[in-house]
Amino acid sequence: MPTITIQYYALLREQRGLSEESLQTDARSAEELYAALQESHGFTLGIQHVRAAINGKMQPWDTPISDGDTVTLIPPVAGG
Amino acid sequence: MFQLSSEPLDQHPAILQQADVNAGARVVFEGRVRKINLDREVIRLEYEAAPDIAAAEFAALEQETRERFEILDVVCLHRIGMLERGDMAVWIGVLAPHRDAAFDACRYVINELKKRLPIWKKEHYTDGDSGWINAP
Repeated sequence: MPTITIQYYALLREQRGLSEESLQTDARSAEELYAALQESHGFTLGIQHVRAAINGKMQPWDTPISDGDTVTLIPPVAGG
Repeated sequence: MFQLSSEPLDQHPAILQQADVNAGARVVFEGRVRKINLDREVIRLEYEAAPDIAAAEFAALEQETRERFEILDVVCLHRIGMLERGDMAVWIGVLAPHRDAAFDACRYVINELKKRLPIWKKEHYTDGDSGWINAP
């Protein structure tokens, strides 16, 4: 199974209890990955409120993920 | 130019250095921590950012701003970490030959930044409660 690094921020970081982890997953897309993580960790944010960056670049949820990728999960932003 | 800082912004070198002899106008926006938000009393704010993605998103926003408005330079500084009431959270400086473009571009940058950059804000209230802003 591919190994993916996941970065969490803000509310997701608090709900996961850490800011980064690597895990083996059979998720084929960012969307499948979020669904699996949401189920495991009880994330309260629906996928419609979260965006994903893959290897530092914002990507649509249906983007395929592969071994060695870093997925950054972006909860609703509030800069400024 | 975009920079995240865990130090107070008031004396930041980029603020003192931004200049251009062709700039007839410089518009500056400062965002600061205020006491009341949505009827609740805020004691401090906590900012967090995804640094690399924020820098890349700002670079795209800067490019877009330069295409839309006739400006010479735009600098954005944003705090991370714990801020008290009155502290400066964000500083945006726009240089342009003329004032209209400088005002318009400055407003555009702060509005888009709030929507697009991966920066998060947690409010801590006087009653001990806290919460991430915009999280449903």
